[in-house]
Amino acid sequence: MQAATRTAKKLTLVAIAMFGFGYALVPLYDVFCDITGINGKTGEISQAEADSATVDTNRLITVEFDTNVNSALPWKFIAAEYKMKVHPGEVAEAVFIAENQSDTAIAGRAVPSVAPAKASLFFNKTECFCFTRQVLEPGERKEMVVRFVVDSDLPEKISTMTLSYTFFDALDGEEETVTANTIGANNSKG
Amino acid sequence: MSEAVIHDHDSHDDHHDHKPTGIGRWLFSTNHKDIGTMYLVFALIMFFIGGAMAMVIRLELFQPGMQYVDPQFFNSMTTVHALVMIFGALMPAGVGLANWMIPIMIGAPDMAMPRMNNMSFWILPFAFTLLLSTFFMAGGAPAGGWTMYPPLVLQLDHGFPFLIFAVHFLGISSIMGAINIIATVFNMRAPGMTFMRLPLFVWTWIITAFLLIASMPVLAGAVTMLLTDKYFGTAFFNAAGGGDPVMFQHVFWFFGHPEVYILVLPSFGVISQIIPTFSRKPLFGYASMVYATASIAFLSFFVWAHHMFTVGMPLTGELFFMYATMSIAVPTGVKIFNWMATMWKGAMTFETPMLFAIGVLFMFSIGGFSGLMMGITPVDFQYHDTYFIVAHFHYVIVPGIIFGIIGGVYFWLPKWTGHMYDETLGKWHFWLSTISVNILFFPMHFVGLAGMPRRIPDYNVQFTDWNQIISLGGFAFGLSQLIFVWVIIKCVRGGEKATDQVWEGAHGLEWTLPSPPPFHSFTTPPQVTDATAHS
Repeated sequence: MQAATRTAKKLTLVAIAMFGFGYALVPLYDVFCDITGINGKTGEISQAEADSATVDTNRLITVEFDTNVNSALPWKFIAAEYKMKVHPGEVAEAVFIAENQSDTAIAGRAVPSVAPAKASLFFNKTECFCFTRQVLEPGERKEMVVRFVVDSDLPEKISTMTLSYTFFDALDGEEETVTANTIGANNSKG
Repeated sequence: MSEAVIHDHDSHDDHHDHKPTGIGRWLFSTNHKDIGTMYLVFALIMFFIGGAMAMVIRLELFQPGMQYVDPQFFNSMTTVHALVMIFGALMPAGVGLANWMIPIMIGAPDMAMPRMNNMSFWILPFAFTLLLSTFFMAGGAPAGGWTMYPPLVLQLDHGFPFLIFAVHFLGISSIMGAINIIATVFNMRAPGMTFMRLPLFVWTWIITAFLLIASMPVLAGAVTMLLTDKYFGTAFFNAAGGGDPVMFQHVFWFFGHPEVYILVLPSFGVISQIIPTFSRKPLFGYASMVYATASIAFLSFFVWAHHMFTVGMPLTGELFFMYATMSIAVPTGVKIFNWMATMWKGAMTFETPMLFAIGVLFMFSIGGFSGLMMGITPVDFQYHDTYFIVAHFHYVIVPGIIFGIIGGVYFWLPKWTGHMYDETLGKWHFWLSTISVNILFFPMHFVGLAGMPRRIPDYNVQFTDWNQIISLGGFAFGLSQLIFVWVIIKCVRGGEKATDQVWEGAHGLEWTLPSPPPFHSFTTPPQVTDATAHS
């Protein structure tokens, strides 16, 4: 019976380890998305790197902007221009406008996504309103900027890419970055 | 009905040897045979509860438009039907067979951890009380699909924590059962019972048990994340907090695909016992059967994303999961061909267990082929979330797994009760089930290909004719299962006395015991040689 107990103990440890593995899948998933550039994980470079990039004036890339608002968020969210043409290596700036149409201050968070997925690793942002939470006072209208550079190594066959943002309700809270707490409250409301 | 089964069983076992009496015998049981019986009776009850829900679904879908139930309740029916059938009927039935048969197949006196065995069974009724009580709560029972995808599942009201904790309990129960089985087989085999002499049913269960230990905790983790997302402010699956709902699908199916094999491998094990017995030949390619089963189990951890081809994966991912999925057809094919080769030139007879085993062979293959179709990424975009997938997994589950379990029950019922079952009724049960199950599930391929979505209580009028046929098949299948209950009760009550060997072609340790076996068997381990080893 001793041997059986030992086997059972070992197997229990395996089961506990697999429970942990379930949680380990969460950071692994993020790392995987970062490496492959899927799931809205675009490239990110510093301003200095962006300024020193060589501009390829022979190519012109069409960048389209798509804006969405989650139904739980009473905001209006549009792009100032829905389409622009940029040279690879050139620092470009797109302006988005968000408006809080409710009578309470609300914090929102924009989640980005790039299509085609292959292009996302070549889409480098130096500044984005999606990096932080955005708080809008009642009725406030705010212009927000995305500064980006399309990498010159972008595969030849890609001539158009779409940058899409969806604004979600991040709910109130003083912190600059979204903490988990704000989200739970959101859920229990719905 | 179940009560009757338990009590009758009790009364005619009395004279064999000393055993506890009254309700305490069952509540505090540490006897693998009694616990096996309880698992099987529990599974049968849950089979009828889940079946009743399926009948509601088919009643509502008999005609287009809303007829009998409101959409929310319909969604609860599809969701809870799946949970009850998978976790309440199929898994406990498999564990019940394992409990009854593994110790007497390997020459052990009982399971390695008899008290843990008792606990893993008695958790189940509590878990299902939690789950089924949600029907009486504000917001109703779970209705977002058994896969519990967020954010939809988070909309479930008061029933939500009950759903999560029910899943936790079911997971704990099956992990304990799995640990027990491995501990038993690894440490308590009779002298001479080497691993390569184990009956194939024992092999399939060892592999299933490892799958359970590796995958159920991941499900527990995933539903715990759902729980903390809803109540404790985490954002694993919430985009606004940096999470991702698609990640749930990845984590869920990392459990979910091995779960498919957790359900089917014991059934493969059962028919690997039945087919050689009624072909009067040893199993063809025993070693390749073991390796094929292990390969299926190993590969099952690398194919999960074929359940979610349409979420927008990179092409490389879709190709990887497509090829990995296809590769599972190879070891599965090995098994199918081995079973056919076992029958080849055998002196075959067609008693009810054999009929069910052959039914598995035919109809599991139909489900396997539609599975291959859906494994092809580009065409899966058409099949995804239609009745085609419903047809596919019901073919593998009902005539694939449930027929295997039923076949096993017919096969071992004379051993368990000491009486032969009514062969005529058994054959009626088989033929009615087989005809009705095909009327029930085959036309689902057609409506699925034509575009009828799954999990929707209403449909376009063009699908009416097929749906009426499907519903009639469903009702016929449901009613046919009453014959099964009748056969069992009749067999428990009496009948022609079964011999020790029961079947002419049966080989293995379990057939050396009297029918029914004494309450405590193999208290002195038997010596196993090549001659007395597996059939």
